[in-house]
Parts: sequence; C-alpha cells; structure tokens
Amino acid sequence: MFDIFLDDAPALVVVLPLLISAIIAFMPSKIWPWIISIITLLLHLFFSLHLLKEISVSGLIIYEFGNWEPPWGISFKIDGVNIGLQLLFSIFVLVSTFYSRKIFLNEIDYRDFGKAYSLWLLAVGSLNGIILTNDIFNLFVFLEISALASISLIALGAGQNRKALLAAFNYLIIGAIGATFYVIGVGFAYAMTGTLNMNDLVIQLAQYFDGQLAIFAGMSFMLIGLMVKAAIFPVHIWLPPAYSYAPSAVSTLLAALATKTILYFFVRLLYEVFIIYPSYLSLFLDFVLYPLSLLAIFIGTVIAIYQDDIKKLLAFSSIAQIGYITLAFSLKDHSGVASGFVHIFNHALIKGGLFMAVGYFAILYKDRVTLNSLKGFGYKYPITSFALLICGLSLIGLPLTNGFISKLYLFQALYTNQMYFSIALVAVSSALAVVYFWKIVEQMWFSEIKFKSEKEDAYIYLPIWIVTISIIVFGIYSTPIIEFSNLSADYLISGYQN
Amino acid sequence: MSNSFLIILGIITPLFAALFSYVCRYNNNLRDSFGIIGGLITFVISLKVFHGIQNNEVYQITFFTLFDGVDFAFKVSALGSIFSLVASSLWILASIYTIGYMRGAGEKNQTRFVIFYSIAIHAALAIAWSGNLLVLFIFYEILTFSTFPLVGHKQNAESQSAGRLYLSILVGTSLIFFLPAIFWIWLKTGTLDFQDGGILMNKFPAEYLSFLIAMLVFGIGKAAIMPIHRWLPAAMVAPTPVSALLHAVAVVKAGVFSFLVVVVYIVGPDFLLQTKSSDWLVWLACFTIMASSIIAITKDDLKARLAYSTISQLSYIILGAALASSLALKGASFHIITHALGKITLFFCAGAIYVTAHIKKVSDLKGIGYKLPLIFFAYTLGALSIIGVPPFIGSWSKFYLIMGSIEREFIFVAIILGISSLLNIYYLLQPLVIGFTQNSKKEIKLIKAPLTVWPPLITGLGCLVFFFLCKLFFE
Repeated sequence: MFDIFLDDAPALVVVLPLLISAIIAFMPSKIWPWIISIITLLLHLFFSLHLLKEISVSGLIIYEFGNWEPPWGISFKIDGVNIGLQLLFSIFVLVSTFYSRKIFLNEIDYRDFGKAYSLWLLAVGSLNGIILTNDIFNLFVFLEISALASISLIALGAGQNRKALLAAFNYLIIGAIGATFYVIGVGFAYAMTGTLNMNDLVIQLAQYFDGQLAIFAGMSFMLIGLMVKAAIFPVHIWLPPAYSYAPSAVSTLLAALATKTILYFFVRLLYEVFIIYPSYLSLFLDFVLYPLSLLAIFIGTVIAIYQDDIKKLLAFSSIAQIGYITLAFSLKDHSGVASGFVHIFNHALIKGGLFMAVGYFAILYKDRVTLNSLKGFGYKYPITSFALLICGLSLIGLPLTNGFISKLYLFQALYTNQMYFSIALVAVSSALAVVYFWKIVEQMWFSEIKFKSEKEDAYIYLPIWIVTISIIVFGIYSTPIIEFSNLSADYLISGYQN
Repeated sequence: MSNSFLIILGIITPLFAALFSYVCRYNNNLRDSFGIIGGLITFVISLKVFHGIQNNEVYQITFFTLFDGVDFAFKVSALGSIFSLVASSLWILASIYTIGYMRGAGEKNQTRFVIFYSIAIHAALAIAWSGNLLVLFIFYEILTFSTFPLVGHKQNAESQSAGRLYLSILVGTSLIFFLPAIFWIWLKTGTLDFQDGGILMNKFPAEYLSFLIAMLVFGIGKAAIMPIHRWLPAAMVAPTPVSALLHAVAVVKAGVFSFLVVVVYIVGPDFLLQTKSSDWLVWLACFTIMASSIIAITKDDLKARLAYSTISQLSYIILGAALASSLALKGASFHIITHALGKITLFFCAGAIYVTAHIKKVSDLKGIGYKLPLIFFAYTLGALSIIGVPPFIGSWSKFYLIMGSIEREFIFVAIILGISSLLNIYYLLQPLVIGFTQNSKKEIKLIKAPLTVWPPLITGLGCLVFFFLCKLFFE
C-alpha cells in the first residue's frame, strides 16, 4: 500500500515527522501523541529500510524537490556516506521514543504531551534533514529548526528544575551565534559562486574561484559555526547544562544523535567540498581540529571526574568522546575517517544507553541523580544498574563491547599516521574514564546503604536492554558497523585522493 | 569427553559454583560447599588437561572472530596447564579455609564474598587457558574487577581507599600500557596467537623491542614490579582468604604468568636473547627483589610483611623471564608453583592467627607459638620453602634461577639472589622466633577455628612432599 510513496522516501523521512508534528501539537491527550509518534517513526524506519535497499542497488539517490533540478532547486542526496547513519538514526529514534513515554509521564505535565511530542517529531525530522540534505542553505534551515525544537524540549525540564530555562537560554544564544556564523559563511560562498548545492559548489569552486580570500573567509565562518553546533571543544559550553537539565528522554535523543548528525555534515563538508583546497583543508585539520580534539579528550575527561551530578558527568564525557571522533576525522586518510564513523555509531549507542539508565534512575529517585543519591542502587534496581554497568564498561573501551572496537580502529588509524603522542593521550584518557565511571559503580554497589531489590518497571527494560544488548552484539560481531563506516570513508576519501 | 568440551567445562565450573552459591544464599553450609565442589571438579579437569598436555594432546576451542586475525579462543599451553593446576588445587583448600575464616571472624556479606571469589577463579583459569593475548587481556580485566569487591569487602574508609588504589593502578596500567602494547603487536604481526618460539621474530623492529617489553611489564600491573607494586600491600585489607588465594596465588600469578606467556609465546626467548632487549629488566627485577625485601623487614604487620615478600618473590619470576635462557625460564615457571604453595601456607597461617588470637602484628606474637603449635609448624614449613632450603620445593626454583643467571653470565644476579635468601631468612623466621622465645604476660583468649588449621598444614606438607615429586612438572 505504500508503493506509491516509495519513490518519495527520501523526502518522506523528513517531511512525515514534520507534518505529523503539526497535527499532534494541540492534542489534549495523554496517550495519542505518543501512539501517533510511534506509528510515524515505524513508517520512518520502513522508509529508511527502503532507502537502504535502493542504495544497495544503485549506490546513489539524488532526490530533487518539486523536480527543480539542482543547482536551482533543493536536493537531497543519499549515498554510501549517510545511509548507515540514516539507519542508525531511524532505529535509535524509535527506541528512544518508546523510552520517552515513561519519562514524560513523570517529568512533565500531561497537558504538555501534545506539545512535547510535537517538538520531539520536529527535532527528529530536522535532524534527519541534516543527514540527507545536499544544499548548504537548506542545512541552515534544518539546523535552526532542530535547535529551536531542542531548546524548547530542554526548557520542558523546567518543571523539574528551573535551571533548565537558563540552560535552554544559553543554548539559544550560543546556538544562534553558531548558526549566524554558519549562515554568514554560506552568504560568502553564495556571493562568490552563486550556488548553494554542494555538488555544484565543488564544480564552481574548482573552476573559477581558486584562491580567493572571500572563499576562505566563508569556509572558515561555516566551519566555526558548525563547530559550535557540534560542541567541539572550546565552543562546547552550551552542551553540559543543556544535556543535564533537559528531561531525560530529551537528553537521550540529543546526546545520541544531535551532535552526531552535525558532526557527520561537518566531515562531509570537509572532505567533499573543501577538499578543493587541500592546503586550506590540511591547515584546518592539522592546526585547528587536531589540537582541539586532543584538548577536548583530555579536558573533557578530567572535568567529568570532578562532576557530582551524573547527567553532567555524562555530558562532559560526551565532550571527550566528540573529541575522539574529531581526532579521527582530522587524520585525512581512509582509516581515520572510517574510525570516526565507527565511533559515531558506537558512541551513539553507548551514550544513549547511559542516559536512558540514568534518566530512569532520576524518575525512581524523584530528584536529580548525584553520586550520593546512587548509594545502593545496584541492589535496589539490579537490572537497570547492570545495563548501566555494561554501557559504562563499553565507554571505557573494554573488549567484548563495541567501545573496544572503536578504540581498536582509532588506535590503528593513529598508528598508521604515526601519531604516537595521540595514542598515549587516548590511552591515558580511557584510563581516566575508569575513574569517573568507577565512582558511579562504587556508589551503586559498594556503599554502606543496602536496599532490598524493588520492583522495576518492565516497560523500561525493553529500550534500555535493546541498546545494551546491541552494545555487546556489536562488540562481538562488529562487521555491520565496520562495513558501513568503511563505505562512508570510501565515498568521502575517494574524493580526497582524486 | 572431547578435549574442547573439557576446556569449556573447566572454565565455566567456577561460574556455576558462583551461581549456585547465589541460589542457595539462605543456606550457609550449602552455599559454602559449592566452592569445594567446584574446586574438586576443576582440579580433576586441570589434572586431566595437564596429563593430556604431557602426552602432546591438543586442547583447543574457538568461539568466534573478534576482528581480523584475532579469535575468541582458548588453547592450553604447557605453562597454562601448570598454572591452572596450581590455581584449582589450591582453590579446594582455600574454600575450606574460607569457611573457617569468614565464620570465625564473623564477616558480613559472605554470599557476595563467595560469589566473587568463584568468579575470580574463573578468570584465573581462563587466563591460564587463553588462546591469544586479547582473550588473556579480557580475563585479566575480569579478574581485576571481580577482586575489587573482595578487596573492599569491609566497606569502611580504609578498605574503600585501598580498593580505589587497587583498581586505579591495575586497570590504569593495563589500559595505558598493556592494551596499546597488544594493539602494537597486532598491527605489526596481524595476529595475537600464542605460538611456540614467539610471533615477533622478523616482524617487529628489534630496536623498539625494549620499549615493548617495558610497556608489557609495566602494563601487567599484577606482576607488581616496582614502581607498580603499591596495590599489593594496599589489597591486604581484604579478608585473609583473599590475600591467600588471590594475592599470593591467582592474581599475582596471573600477572607473572601473563608476562611469562608473552615472553615465551609472543616475543620468543630466542628473539629476546638475540636483541638483549630485556637485560635492563634484569636490573629492575633485582632492584625490586632487594628493595621489597628490605621494606618487608621494617613491616610489623604480618600480612604487610608477607605482601612485600610476595613482591620480591614475583620479581624472581620476572627476573627469570627477563634472563630468557632456557634454565631461567624453567626456574621462573617452576617458581609459580613453589611460591604459590609456600606463600599460601604463610597467609593461611597469618589468617589463622588472626582468627584464633586476633593478632595482626609480629611484635604481638610473643608466646603464641606454644598455644598454636600446629599453625606455627605449618608456618615453618612454608617459610623454609620460600627461603629455598632443601628438602623443600622452593629450593628447586631458586636453584634453576641461579643456574640461569650464571648461564647468562650475570654473576651479580646470582649474588643478589643469595643475599635475598638471607633477607628472607630474617623476615620470615623472625615471627617464629618471637612466637617461641618470648613469653607473653597477657592472657590471650583463643577462638577455635579448626577449619583454618588444616589447609595450611596440608600445603606446608605439600612443600615438603613435592620436593621429591618435582619430576612431575618438568617435561
């Protein structure tokens, strides 16, 4: 019955959530907004799978909106680079939407459900747009929609803690600065080349505008804007408060996917468009992204050690993990880019799982989860705690978890590039990750207070354990992740070498 | 029974022991009996595997591929069969001893203790039989994490900080040095499998080999070479059965075993001898032997003294591995057995003294010897074996180590080993002298805990008996 829609699948994965979001916005019901969201996202997954099937046959889909051909119209591009991410996105959004019901029931007023799920779908649709778009201005639009939707979602946390408002406001201001930078850069590029389509931009840049300062200025503006949005080290300050004061379901969605999609676009811009100027690219990668990544890894980890609030701890750990990803992307070769994608996949699962478990604890504890409040949780809520333990061990990167696979490929990439200092730093930082994670474990299992195990909600097991089991499965059978990442790297790096 | 099934059974038996202990957590006797039963089963299996290995049978099983060239696989080596035999046989005695100790000392959380004890043994056995370096690493980490609850068992401030130190040193060094070293080996050779004669020859640049050896010896923190030794004395806050079986046998021996395995099956003794990359390690090991012996003399706490003695004895094994000549390697492997038997006896005695008389310090032992003759008899046997007096088993390994050092023309090392034996005599026999010569004025209440007395007697006599049976272990 969906056959007539299948040709429009690339548009529908974005448009459908946006459309439904408008419908459910004023629905005064406790359950319907959620049910409709789930159905929407099932369709979303169906379309994503269809795209996968198409890609495995043709290798490239360019979807032109309204049949306006690029470079005039807006187009979406699906190829080997983003199909893996699209699939991960689709599946994880479904799981976290399932999870979100329990959180929203406890953390926000039920009269706000319609609005909450409306914003949720808005965020989902626009983030998916970031993955698919092939147009630099269209990207700006999606960036703004996703930012506004996430800001409003974060502000919903105000029912629990008023600081959520401040966090949302911070994000609004800093995010707006980032977006402004980006759009100024787009303006420069458009003024010089007269095109916004990425493929066309490459052609125009290569042919006519070699070495003009305005182009370099535009590129720099765009990159800095995206760095703000992706929370790359010195411009990350909006992220920790935003993740930690948002409702837990929102933290899960944002931590797992929001920065990842922007990182994906970031690397695509670098290796597909800015590759035209290899000297500029290597300047940026070697002297900006590489040192900043190292700083992010080290400082993010160290700050995380001193956090008392668990969600904040996880947020700072995210800063460090984003550092791993950008470190990999700064390597300029196939192994580097591939290992960056591997870590995008794996870290989305790990951080998603951790935020899910901690969010559930917050509901059970009925307050913010600090180190102290976790005392004895290992005995009280054994099943969720065990999931948290596995996700944490994966964060450290122990074998048999997917975190280890990330580390393996990152080490390999760094080794082939002879960056021994970075290897040492990554090794030290993963040892420091033990410190902050073990503080949690110690409180949960080895503190004085002990409880009888209480009944946990079986509903919450499903999403948490889907993520946890996938962490183990991909730790043992890592082929799918590796293949998708290699595919992404193949597409991106082939451009680099030509 | 097929050989691969035997391996699976041996490795999961301790896990089942842990599971059954949990299921029967409300019935203390039943719960504690699973340790003994599990020990017996694993011992029989280890014995069978040991004999099979001597008859050139192959024990091997592969589960799945982790990444290119590295499988999740087990394969028993000659060295591994010895280690598993030691760990499983002593587990039986330690389980019996645990019952006596934990009940005598009235410890809390006994179920958790028994469970993690079994899991630790599981990890030790899996290390012994691991088929490649990564599998070894996985179970090395499991061993660390499973012993953490045992170290921090008392849950007071002291044991908590000790537990943190324990974990941060062991996990930290393994993640910073050991894992990158494993990656390095894999990137150079494309495999991590254990093979006779090593896998690095012609594949690894010889000029970096010293560096790799350093990463390995400092990364395997369980081998407790200085300056990565602090966790071992800290771990002595744990109940004595942990100190006895884990911190004299399973954990520390897993450390030196890992290093020996790396030298024998990964680097290859020939490659090491050619490049002389481990000669610097000989001196570090000598330093550790001397320094920790001297520190041991200054310790008044009996368990702390034994801990420093352990550090010094572990460095004998590192020394043997670093010398890399065939005699020295033989001595080092044999020292795993001899030191295990001797040291577990001493720890059993220390724990028995604590349970029956509540004495921890050497200086408080005055006159106790007359009241606890059996314990002090066992202590004497163990101490003499560690010192290396014939006819005790410890003399064999020391003999081979000295021969090995002379073979490599490290005469100074042989002298160090001699001096260290003298120091051993001082710090191990001093408690004995105090216990028997000086009379205590205080009246000391004794608690009867017969189950803590028999295990040290058995292991002590074992030190004596196996001196004559040592042919069994030399292939």
